[in-house]
Amino acid sequence: MYEHDVLIIGGGLAGLRAAVEITRAGVDVAVISKVHPVRSHSNAAQGGINAPLTDRGDEWEGHAYDTIKGSDFLADQDAVEVMSSEAGEAVLELERMGVIFSRGEDGKLGTRAFGGQKVARTLFVGAITGSAILHVLFEQSLKLGLNVYEEWFVTKLIIEDGACRGVVAIDLKTGEMHTIKAKAVIVAAGGAGRVFEPSTNALICTGDGLSLAYQAGVPLMDMEMIQYHPTTLARTGILMSEAARGEGAYLLNASGERFMEKTAPDYMELASRDVVSRAEQTEIDEGRGIDGNVLLDLRHLGRDFIEQRLGYLQEVSVEFLGIDMAEQPVPVQPGMHYIMGGVKTDVDGATNVPGLYAAGECANVSVHGANRLGANSLLDTVVFGRRSGVHAVEYIKSVGGHSRAEEDLASEKVRLQALLDRPNGERVATVRNDMARGMTKGIGVFRDQASMEGALENLIDVKSRMGGFSIENKGKVFNTDLMFGLELEFMIDCAETVVAGALTRKESRGAHFRTDITERDDENWLKHTLMYKDDEAENGVRVETSDVKITQWEPVKRVY
Amino acid sequence: MPDTMNVKLKIKRFDPTQSGGKTWWQEYEVDIHPDSTVLDSLIEVREHEDGTLAMRCACRASICGSCGMKVNGNAKLVCKTRVVDVAPNGEQLTIEPMGNQHVVKDLVISLDTFFAQINRVEPYLQPSFVPEQGEYTATNESMENLLISMNCIMCGCCVSDCTVLEVDSNFIGPAALAKAWRFTEDPRDSKRDERLKALNDEDGGMWDCTRCMKCVDVCPKGVAPMDRIMELREAAIEAGNTNTHGYHHTESFYNSVKKNGRLDETRLAIDSAGMFNIPRMLDLVPIGLAAMRKGKLPPLMPHKAEDHKKVKELYERVEGESK
Repeated sequence: MYEHDVLIIGGGLAGLRAAVEITRAGVDVAVISKVHPVRSHSNAAQGGINAPLTDRGDEWEGHAYDTIKGSDFLADQDAVEVMSSEAGEAVLELERMGVIFSRGEDGKLGTRAFGGQKVARTLFVGAITGSAILHVLFEQSLKLGLNVYEEWFVTKLIIEDGACRGVVAIDLKTGEMHTIKAKAVIVAAGGAGRVFEPSTNALICTGDGLSLAYQAGVPLMDMEMIQYHPTTLARTGILMSEAARGEGAYLLNASGERFMEKTAPDYMELASRDVVSRAEQTEIDEGRGIDGNVLLDLRHLGRDFIEQRLGYLQEVSVEFLGIDMAEQPVPVQPGMHYIMGGVKTDVDGATNVPGLYAAGECANVSVHGANRLGANSLLDTVVFGRRSGVHAVEYIKSVGGHSRAEEDLASEKVRLQALLDRPNGERVATVRNDMARGMTKGIGVFRDQASMEGALENLIDVKSRMGGFSIENKGKVFNTDLMFGLELEFMIDCAETVVAGALTRKESRGAHFRTDITERDDENWLKHTLMYKDDEAENGVRVETSDVKITQWEPVKRVY
Repeated sequence: MPDTMNVKLKIKRFDPTQSGGKTWWQEYEVDIHPDSTVLDSLIEVREHEDGTLAMRCACRASICGSCGMKVNGNAKLVCKTRVVDVAPNGEQLTIEPMGNQHVVKDLVISLDTFFAQINRVEPYLQPSFVPEQGEYTATNESMENLLISMNCIMCGCCVSDCTVLEVDSNFIGPAALAKAWRFTEDPRDSKRDERLKALNDEDGGMWDCTRCMKCVDVCPKGVAPMDRIMELREAAIEAGNTNTHGYHHTESFYNSVKKNGRLDETRLAIDSAGMFNIPRMLDLVPIGLAAMRKGKLPPLMPHKAEDHKKVKELYERVEGESK
């Protein structure tokens, strides 16, 4: 049995940023992660991190408004105000820790343009910003001697007397199960991209954190808000950063037209992601694409510029498609990329369960609303990762008494053994693929009542097969087969809340675009959807709604 | 182009709880899309052929560093290795776990060796001051220069195939030295001299690299660790760290070839250790005797190469150009 004051699930940016804050406060903290921290999906963020720097004449209110407009007015404005006003300091702190940001002529941090914003305020490291920041936070964790349970997989949160008191987890290297007690737990376990197929997300993005909190009684909010990134590489689905368009790349259809002129004459290729993805899908659906793709054209930027500022994109394009971007446009298509929805928290990362916090992609504060701006995800992780750490440190001062955690360990051992003991059935991957393809089909860039009901029917079928899949690997050591089965259970929770949210929202807003109800409806739907686990409710999900917090920006029509 | 391609794999398996701790080979065949990577074919095996196969992978886009393993004997990041490039005619691929690191199961190696090496170089920025507000001022060139090393994703391929680590597990290793370079070259770091001195003095430090180039070949991200190690050496010498075996070795090599037009190996051994380093000299005796028995002992007195004057001219030209 292990014990810490605070336990953080996830070693990506949000988790490590929280851990740094808690360690600095002199509080005993540990990180538990199913992968080594530097393998976390924060790595995949390419283009940059937004920060309105006031000494450069930018104002946080400008970033806040762009974020809120980007969210199609679904973000809670008090939360956005916190993120935007803390952004400058949060990012400068990363620089002071050692992040190698690109510079301007004056030796100060340089910026590039990004979508949905008229001011260039995105700080960056080539096209490896996420990786560069993650590695520096990891360096800080080594410096601070942070305790990390590497390659441990959490199966359950321990809830006692209504409060979170730790986790039950498997040490993947030995296969042994353990209790880790804690006075507070911060869930920073990343997104749920694998609920969809294809997705830009790593294979590890299976919604573990969302499901763990959901099972513990926390609502998942606005889960229908799924971001399709406008530029994912043909066939492979690999992300091609928005930085390409930020640096001036064009989107072309089969006849070589910059089709964004039609939908976003002012912002062109740098409109919000949902807007660009819809424009692309329209071109493709109406026969102006090329084999289901449009073209991302960087040729006019020149080879030197491409290799200097977008080196990773060139590497990916050459190695995966054999296309030299300086010579040829690259075929791209919209691809599932990010989940705006997540574990409902306040601006301190706190959930409705005392002692349980969430931060990063798995959380919904909400700052992204119905559509996240590019380069706001990294910002979200460091701002709210830090804040959840600060608040958890305060919270644990009032937590006393001993946890009875061992009961959960025993029941989890029984549950997992039963899973291993199942007779031969379907493979996990077969069930997972059926779920994920059904989700992409029904909850896509465009959706309507029929497609969403199709996703629900598919999901009901998949759920009925959940008792019948089996785990081929019965061994103890590094049994990923077992882990994939448990991940699939997590993903099902995410999928059904996505579908429930989507069927509930009777309007089009941001990423939730219904071809059967194409208008935004502020009168009835300036609201969040809240999905609770409830065995009494239809399909096991109870959906409630709550009002969006408006502080200073009244919703207006969204034009780019 | 056909819809699918047949991929044949021969995978080295290991499970500490089975086969009495011995490894075994297992063969698989899968049909997948012709553009697929080696990782795609391994995932196909894991998901549809054999759920007991253990390996790591996550991003599928060569940024997380999880999927390093040996393909036909060389370490590769399999997510960026296309099958057609390594088996153009449908040859069977041999897949093994990375080298120089302890195997946990099948293709999964322990990360402990790699990160213990990284930890030896104090792998974090150590500035002399922290700006009270704002950022450090630095030129863009100085920052972009560091990207070569920041591209490192800690996949471990260089450590896997390092020929020095194969015989000397105390070597700090190519990845950790490339990481160290990232700090010695960072204008914000205040410990450049201390870092260079430590890596220069340390047993297993920068002078243990034998310049075999293997890490440069296998690095999937262009970090070229050996080049970074050579830059560390130059920086260490420039910073005045000259009283080491490594420096003496280099100096003796340089002088010997310049003077004789060829390498005086006897002299090199003595100079590297230091003439008055009695314990090391005694160490050399059995090596010398063994070499003599095999007829491999270099001549005790050097004889000059025929065209040694030309070699000297080359020295002068190169040195003239680099000035």
